[in-house]
Amino acid sequence: MKVIKALVTGLVLAAFTAPAALAAGGAKPLHDGKTEVPDWPFEGPFGKFDKASVQRGFQVYTEVCASCHSMKLMSFRNLGENGGPFDSDDDELTEALVKEFAAQYEIDEVDDIGDVVSRPRRASDPFPSPYPNDAAAAAGNGGAIPPDLSVMAKARHGGATYIYRLMTGYPDDTEIIDDTIHFNDDHTHGELHQPSGLYYNPYFAGDVTANWHGDPRHKPYGGFIAMAPQLADGRVSYMDGTEATNEQMSADVAQFIAWASEPKMENRKSLGFAVMIYLFFLALLVYFSYKAIWRNVDH
Amino acid sequence: MSGHESTYEPKTGIEKWIDTRLPIVRLVHDSFVGFPVAKNLNYWWTFGAILAVCLVTQIITGIVLAMHYVPNVDLAFNSVERIMRDVEYGWLMRYIHANGASMFFLAVYIHMFRGLYYGSYKAPREISWLLGVVIYLLMMGTAFMGYVLPWGQMSLHGTAVITNLIGAIPLIGDGIKTWLQGAPAIGNAALNRFFSLHYLLPFMIAGVVVLHIWAFHTTGNNNPTGVDVKDVKKDTVPFHPYYTVKDGFAIIIFLMIFAGFVFYAPNVLGHADNYIPGNPLKTPAHIVPEWYLLPFYAILRAITFDIGPITAKLGGVIAMFGAIAVLFVLPWLDTSKVRSLRYRPLARQFFFGFVFVCLMLGIAGASNPDDVVIPTGSDKLRYELAYEDQAGRDALKASADSHEGSFSTKDGRAIVMFDDYEQSLEFAEAAGIEDPPTVYHPGIKWLLIAQLLTFCYFAYFLIVLPLLGLVEKPKDEPETIAKSIHPEPKSSDIAAAPAE
Repeated sequence: MKVIKALVTGLVLAAFTAPAALAAGGAKPLHDGKTEVPDWPFEGPFGKFDKASVQRGFQVYTEVCASCHSMKLMSFRNLGENGGPFDSDDDELTEALVKEFAAQYEIDEVDDIGDVVSRPRRASDPFPSPYPNDAAAAAGNGGAIPPDLSVMAKARHGGATYIYRLMTGYPDDTEIIDDTIHFNDDHTHGELHQPSGLYYNPYFAGDVTANWHGDPRHKPYGGFIAMAPQLADGRVSYMDGTEATNEQMSADVAQFIAWASEPKMENRKSLGFAVMIYLFFLALLVYFSYKAIWRNVDH
Repeated sequence: MSGHESTYEPKTGIEKWIDTRLPIVRLVHDSFVGFPVAKNLNYWWTFGAILAVCLVTQIITGIVLAMHYVPNVDLAFNSVERIMRDVEYGWLMRYIHANGASMFFLAVYIHMFRGLYYGSYKAPREISWLLGVVIYLLMMGTAFMGYVLPWGQMSLHGTAVITNLIGAIPLIGDGIKTWLQGAPAIGNAALNRFFSLHYLLPFMIAGVVVLHIWAFHTTGNNNPTGVDVKDVKKDTVPFHPYYTVKDGFAIIIFLMIFAGFVFYAPNVLGHADNYIPGNPLKTPAHIVPEWYLLPFYAILRAITFDIGPITAKLGGVIAMFGAIAVLFVLPWLDTSKVRSLRYRPLARQFFFGFVFVCLMLGIAGASNPDDVVIPTGSDKLRYELAYEDQAGRDALKASADSHEGSFSTKDGRAIVMFDDYEQSLEFAEAAGIEDPPTVYHPGIKWLLIAQLLTFCYFAYFLIVLPLLGLVEKPKDEPETIAKSIHPEPKSSDIAAAPAE
């Protein structure tokens, strides 16, 4: 009996720990990192996006990410919606900001006589995509197509935290000598050779076995990503004066993408609260009705 | 739909006029108002009503979603996102529908386990049970096809895995597969027909639900004692208001859990990969179905060996479908005359073991079969090498020995394993091997666990239930439902009381 008990306990424990360990192709667990994960203000049942951070994140997206990554599900009008970077109490101001911002970009359309003409984008137009098609995107990036970022926070385990870890997780330049990274810590010891055009990132799901010189039992987490480290300190100059460190930009852009992935999150949570309160009181009411109706029945 | 005398009395002229022409009001009254129900039903019995709520919720939200959804491989993914972004309360409809599927299965599993525990499948309720299994099968079909519609990575590749299974059927499998998919591979044709069927099947479910209710209203509900109603007056209460209010309360509690998922964790039951648009050229690292199908997925993958002419793949398919098929013969497998496990202490222990097996099968289905669950030693470095003759084999063995490696052979190839990395390097250099060693994890893998669990699953139905009824000595059942609530003191109890 004791043996069976031990076996069952072991199995249950293993069952709950094993899937976490193998999550996402040996990528480094998201709680494990050089810096603390930001306290996301949008988490929890009453969470809301931090407008200033979403605004900064949008700046990072337009100045850095947008040169390779599309956001095909986003239209300029979304920027002025609830929780968005251009959202404000003054509807007219918001509308004007969105219009002005959209007009910086052009879009082709067919006019009345069938000619293709370009005109400034309107609030209802989608964000421009950096590449006309997937082939062009692949050709411009060594064969890897930069993924669309519209729903990225929903498309990766860990969401915004994953984006933050990925953007801050690259090894420092000083750690890479002749395309080789030397590891010497509790988990890993050996050398990792970085193939040309690819960059090591411990949070990116992949396999580094073929490029690892060292004990394969102690190979590093993660894999090689085609995106070079982008958010070096000072890459953008924030309009609100915040210091643009790698961590700051990563946190901001992660929050912006989290907003873009779930633009209705704030509406959802506030409606949820009302629904819960309603159901709670309804449950009380029905429970006491139940007690009253059954009071004379033995059961 | 009721097996009792009608208590409906039309009062007004129009009610009488309708009643003599189409007694539909009488039907509803006798089924859901006056219908006598055993008065000792516990909360496990509320899941029938909860399931009705789930079905209606899915149909209503589904109809709204279908007004906006576009079944086309190039547009489907974006149309789902458009629903959540641009349709008024579209996010609510979509999240209710997606989480509603999970809630539906949660409720149906509890409902089925309740039926198992209280013997609701036994005579005279076999047809109720069989219709229930039919509903469950239709639900799985509907959910499976619904999961395809957002056309994310898991949608696409999960479907490909499951439809490929049909190809395992000898001779006709490939033809059927192509016919079902409408093309040699999953694509636009499959998406269109799955959308069509996904809209059709829920109405078939609704139809079978009517038959299901009709069947158990003819026999009367089972109850926690499993004892038949002897006296309608003493043992039962009318459905309304007694069970409408009790079911109502349970439904509200269930809706609170449901709302918790919809409003606060709408994506936690899904897989992140399904927010990546489907790409036939890129296969996700781990393909897993939705959680409610995981136990069957584990059973499917547990059969990794050929059994005579049956290939492993076909064997897996047979086992998976067999796991559901066995539910159809359950009423005739259980040999015990006692319905409720309250009075079958031994069977009760096996029942809880069976629930555990089902949950573990779910976890096994979510895990990679090759992953080690319980390690039996430290990881080793492994080389698999070819040798030409006995001399070559001996040379390898000598070299392995000199570097503290272990040597064995398998299928005419040498397997050399090392604990020490430096030693393995020296061995590799001496043997002229350039590829790095692979890592061998000694231990019990999920595959073996899944195989054991699969055995237990089938053993419960095919060995335990038939045998238990023959060997087990059940406790005394109460004579009537009323007496189970107010048991009379037994004469033996009085005699056994110590004298004062």
